[in-house]
Amino acid sequence: MSFMGIKLITRFYCSFENVVPRVCIVGSGPAGFYAAMHLCKKLNNVHIDILEKLPVPFGLVRYGVAPDHPEVKNVINQFTKVANKPNVNFYGNIALGKDIDLLQLRQHYDAVLLTYGAEEDKTLGIENEEANNIVAARNFVGWYNGHPRDKDLKIDLSGTTAAILGQGNVALDVARMLLTPIDILRKTDITEHALAALADSKVKELYLIGRRGPLQVAFTIKELREQLNLPNCKTVWREQDFEGVSSVVSKLGRPRKRLTELMLKSVSESSNINIMPGDKCFKPIFFRSPNKFLTDNMNHVTGIELTCNRLEGDNLEYQKCIATDEKEFLDCSLVFRSIGYTSVKVDKDIIFDTNGFVTNDKGRVIEDNVSSLAKLYVAGWLGTGPAGVILHTMSNAFLVAKTICEDLKDCKNLSSKGGFQEVRKILLKSNQSHIIVDWNGWEKIDNYEVELGKKYGKPREKLCSISKMLEIASS
Amino acid sequence: MFRPLKLRVAAQTLRLIQSSYNTKFRQIHVSLGLKHGEYEWQDPKSDDEVVNITYIDKDGNKTKVRGKVGDNILYLAHRYGIEMEGACEASLACTTCHVYVRQEFFEKLPPSEEKEDDLLDMAPFLKENSRLGCQIVLTKELEGMELQLPKATRNFYVDGHKPAPH
Repeated sequence: MSFMGIKLITRFYCSFENVVPRVCIVGSGPAGFYAAMHLCKKLNNVHIDILEKLPVPFGLVRYGVAPDHPEVKNVINQFTKVANKPNVNFYGNIALGKDIDLLQLRQHYDAVLLTYGAEEDKTLGIENEEANNIVAARNFVGWYNGHPRDKDLKIDLSGTTAAILGQGNVALDVARMLLTPIDILRKTDITEHALAALADSKVKELYLIGRRGPLQVAFTIKELREQLNLPNCKTVWREQDFEGVSSVVSKLGRPRKRLTELMLKSVSESSNINIMPGDKCFKPIFFRSPNKFLTDNMNHVTGIELTCNRLEGDNLEYQKCIATDEKEFLDCSLVFRSIGYTSVKVDKDIIFDTNGFVTNDKGRVIEDNVSSLAKLYVAGWLGTGPAGVILHTMSNAFLVAKTICEDLKDCKNLSSKGGFQEVRKILLKSNQSHIIVDWNGWEKIDNYEVELGKKYGKPREKLCSISKMLEIASS
Repeated sequence: MFRPLKLRVAAQTLRLIQSSYNTKFRQIHVSLGLKHGEYEWQDPKSDDEVVNITYIDKDGNKTKVRGKVGDNILYLAHRYGIEMEGACEASLACTTCHVYVRQEFFEKLPPSEEKEDDLLDMAPFLKENSRLGCQIVLTKELEGMELQLPKATRNFYVDGHKPAPH
């Protein structure tokens, strides 16, 4: 038999025996897109549907990355290439646990990958936390980035002093948005409503409060350097917070060492600082935990009662925080809570561990497998916890995609699944007018936003209303 | 023939300027990297500009590549199907092109600037010889260079890693 003959027969045979596996990815942020990218690269034959709760893709790349970091968003170009592949489909405006449930997805796909991230903020659980003008950093980030959920955020920027609880990179993003000269922000894709409010902001003094010391901060050097270099903004440290720090610098690993050196340099500069009228002040303080919020008779925050802490433990970077009897009172009329994110259980069949992540092994969700159902996987923050930069999410998504590839290759008898055709039926059955936004719909929204941005001299003006997005997408 | 030469001279001149006016000229340096890889798809025009290098993936598999003077090793990797990501498109905003450069060649590279070092500090498995691939441009001196891709990031919480105590 000729070579050509074998090839033809093989192809014929394959088309009957090998059903193209259908993978459903829930969530279109970096974890979802990077996983899709890897699956496309590694499998010759796969059909991928990416479902998204919002009508628009990209998750935290669109709604988390600060407007003054446009370079970080370049990754959208690669995600767009993935979405444009013939075997990849994007379906927006479909919420897992609401429009469709996990069991249904697992009935109609060969593999289901959850990548819907961590969308809620952690709370402190202290007295008066519900008072007015105590804002979750997550909502503030969503507000300046145009997340539909946060467009009506109540925030009063008329006071001069504000405080951020937490010392991670989100805390520094929040600080930078409050302290950057408004004319710099005007050129970014920050939403108009946030720009207008920030232009009228009276905040001049901003505390960044951490319960541990300078050697345990969670922010990274790039973000700190940006903050230190902001025009018309002075950084003022408490020198006593750095007692003993310079003597241990040489023992630290490179990242911690460089970060600490930068802080020490700034501390020495801040001792003879000259604050000019019109300058804003950034004031990191350490060894303080919020004990309760103080409020006025209108239930508006007026200050924070802080517990002073000391550190214990031999490993400098991982010292534990011990509360003392000492208290400090800080007056402020606006507080941001920025102590981390947490994932939401959107569907009753998703099992979380005690850390608040979906329990998994290399992305495989550990559970009783039912052979007739699609295997379940998790990638990104939902599986690893909400920490790390895009590289961490990318590596994790690749790892999980590799696991999926292995499982799909091992799976000898895939039966033909209905995939999105079945999902669509379910959606339309419960709501005949349910609008599904496909990639073409997103491109319409994208064009609309870019055009709107031109009016304001910005790269884009985001639509913050879901109904407007749906209207544009289906026009 | 002229383009790579010009590029190399430009890059070197910039580096000189940079060393004296470090922050002021950084933007210009960054834009040099933003060629989106078209240049790397051109074959060397003569042996004079060939620079042979080797990529080693995380499993130890070697890929020999015939590059040329002026090639950016991130985009060169893309041309040859090496799994080196470049999420921010060489704009110095991510760490997805982290590589290890064999020591003898590491020393031949122009020193990393502050912004690259700041980003490298965020990369898992940072080593003495870590660099960002998008910041390495081939020169004749780099003939024979070996670039090792780091292993994938640890799978948090699965292989025993516990969150830091507070």
